[in-house]
Amino acid sequence: MTSPDPRLAPPVVLDRVSVAIGGRPILRDVDLTVRPGEVVTLLGPNGSGKSTLVRAVTGLLPHTRGDVRLFGTPIEDFTDWRRLGFVPQRSTASGGVPATVREVVASGRVGRRRLLRPSGPADRRAVEAALDVVGLADRASYGVSQLSGGQQQRVLIARALAGEPDLLVLDEPTAGVDLPHQQALADALGRLKASGATIVLVAHEIGPMMPLIDRTVVMRDGRVAYDGPPLTQEVASHTHHHDDHDVPTRHDHAPHVASPFDWERRSSQ
Amino acid sequence: MSFIDLFSLGFMQRALIAALLTGLAAPAIGTFIVQRRLALLGDGIGHVAVTGVALGLLTGTSPTWTAVVVAVLGAVLMELIRERGHTNGDVALALLFYGGLAGGVLITGIAGQGAATLQAYLFGSLNSISSADVWSTAVLAVVVLTVALGLSPQLFAVASDPDFARVAGLRVRGYNLLIAVLAAVSITVAMRTVGLLLVSALMVVPVATSQQVARSFRTTLLGAMLVGCAASVGGLFLSAWLSFRVSVAPGPTIVLLALAMFTATWPLGVWLRRRSRLMAPFPEVNATPHRSTDDHPHDHGQDCGHPAVPHGDHVDYVHDGHRHAVHGEHYDEH
Ligand SMILES: Nc1ncnc2c1ncn2[C@@H]1O[C@H](COP(=O)(O)OP(=O)(O)OP(=O)(O)O)[C@@H](O)[C@H]1O
Ligand SMILES: [Mg+2]
Ligand SMILES: [Zn+2]
Ligand SMILES: [Zn+2]
Ligand SMILES: [Zn+2]
Ligand SMILES: [Zn+2]
Repeated sequence: MTSPDPRLAPPVVLDRVSVAIGGRPILRDVDLTVRPGEVVTLLGPNGSGKSTLVRAVTGLLPHTRGDVRLFGTPIEDFTDWRRLGFVPQRSTASGGVPATVREVVASGRVGRRRLLRPSGPADRRAVEAALDVVGLADRASYGVSQLSGGQQQRVLIARALAGEPDLLVLDEPTAGVDLPHQQALADALGRLKASGATIVLVAHEIGPMMPLIDRTVVMRDGRVAYDGPPLTQEVASHTHHHDDHDVPTRHDHAPHVASPFDWERRSSQ
Repeated sequence: MSFIDLFSLGFMQRALIAALLTGLAAPAIGTFIVQRRLALLGDGIGHVAVTGVALGLLTGTSPTWTAVVVAVLGAVLMELIRERGHTNGDVALALLFYGGLAGGVLITGIAGQGAATLQAYLFGSLNSISSADVWSTAVLAVVVLTVALGLSPQLFAVASDPDFARVAGLRVRGYNLLIAVLAAVSITVAMRTVGLLLVSALMVVPVATSQQVARSFRTTLLGAMLVGCAASVGGLFLSAWLSFRVSVAPGPTIVLLALAMFTATWPLGVWLRRRSRLMAPFPEVNATPHRSTDDHPHDHGQDCGHPAVPHGDHVDYVHDGHRHAVHGEHYDEH
């Protein structure tokens, strides 16, 4: 099913896609095509399946039915992952060992780097540019754990931008980011769009992104409830509750005693 | 025989080489393990490797190689359990730890060997290292170091955010297995000097020490290797010196030396972190009330002893919980 010219192939095609988590169907029968250069926002209440959709598109969750195609290639055969950039929802930028802002942002280049080679000038330029965009250039040598939550979120955005993606998928990138920096991010996304990139943005607050948006998709209970011209969040207005199904992804080595051979539970949030 | 003469002895030289390589390899891979918050993984693999050593004793083959094989298998199994079983996998891991140790002791008994033989592998030993052991240690250590340092950008990405790394196209599972295998190999490398029961300390304590003063991942990694080297070579000297009087295994001296280095850097780390928080520039925000200087001890200046923190185009002197910005005759509260 590969189209003849990969440059014109839609970056994302979902064709009657269903996704199940732990046997329970979450996304059902989702059709979605994102055309090259488009900026699409995904709206919808908590638990409506936005992150699940994003995770299916980025290959983090397998789909049970239908076809997912990236740039015209079925996702099972897709190898050109460097064209994809990803900002996960509410993940933390710090691990068990200190790392500087620049180191975390530079890890966004990892998909473009060859094995066993040092980073080149192009890598460094992309990292500095990404740091500038999120306004953290002056804190590049700070430890990530010293930053506030919103600043850490900006580090994750910069990490995705550093990879210079053709398709950027952002899951609530502006949660906890103040208005001036949302504006700065909107400007950066505008520049990325002007350079031909495609953007899929999950958001509760559209704010300064509004002028960029070409299309809105509203999810409700795992299905597409609206797909058309841009809407503000008023339409999906009861989306302001905070999560009550927050599953921690990080797990450490401390023994949590429970049934030892419970293989079924796999986190995917 | 004097302390210096000791080092003209073949076994002592072999022990030194082994200690040096161990001190470099274990903290290098340990940094990635700590980054993944799996600090106790090394302990688990060490326990499983005891069974490997015992199998070597039973079959009469080199315990180093049987330990490598069993430790690698154990590490891969643990990684798979961890990946699939999630939090509950921890209990399964614990079962594996205990099984490894109990199996090792049992099989050693079946092999007709006493506790003393096993002791050399559990806590390290100075004079049980043969030239063949030095060679295998060197080869394994070089492999661990090349892979850990050469692939550090990839390993860092995978260890700090597996989801992101996967979307970037890295085979996260392969890299996680690689970390587990490298950990198993470096544990076998360290078996001769620190011993299987204490080896995990050499993967974790140097990293903890280096973290006290380092802010970046890179300096933490290199610092940990430095600390690991100093601790294992120093600990070896210490145990050789002590062995004139009492019998001590090198393992405990190496670990205690590493812990002493951690304890020594801890206050330094506390001070450095406090200082860097204190001296971070204040953000530029306007609207500030003017205050008159009445109950102030002195005119603040370059060397007045109060931290002078950059704030836009001037500095604020921080004292008694306020930010004192000198403004002509009076001061502004910033
Ligand atoms: N790891 C998981 N295990 C079981 N169910 C899950 C898991 N992750 C998500 N779900 C379920 O899938 C559904 C969709 O979740 P999803 O995270 O996609 O919502 P969302 O639209 O991103 O919500 P939010 O606005 O809160 O981010 C929810 O009903 C949730 O309960
Ligand atoms: Mg979500
Ligand atoms: Zn004034
Ligand atoms: Zn003063
Ligand atoms: Zn000031
Ligand atoms: Zn004052």
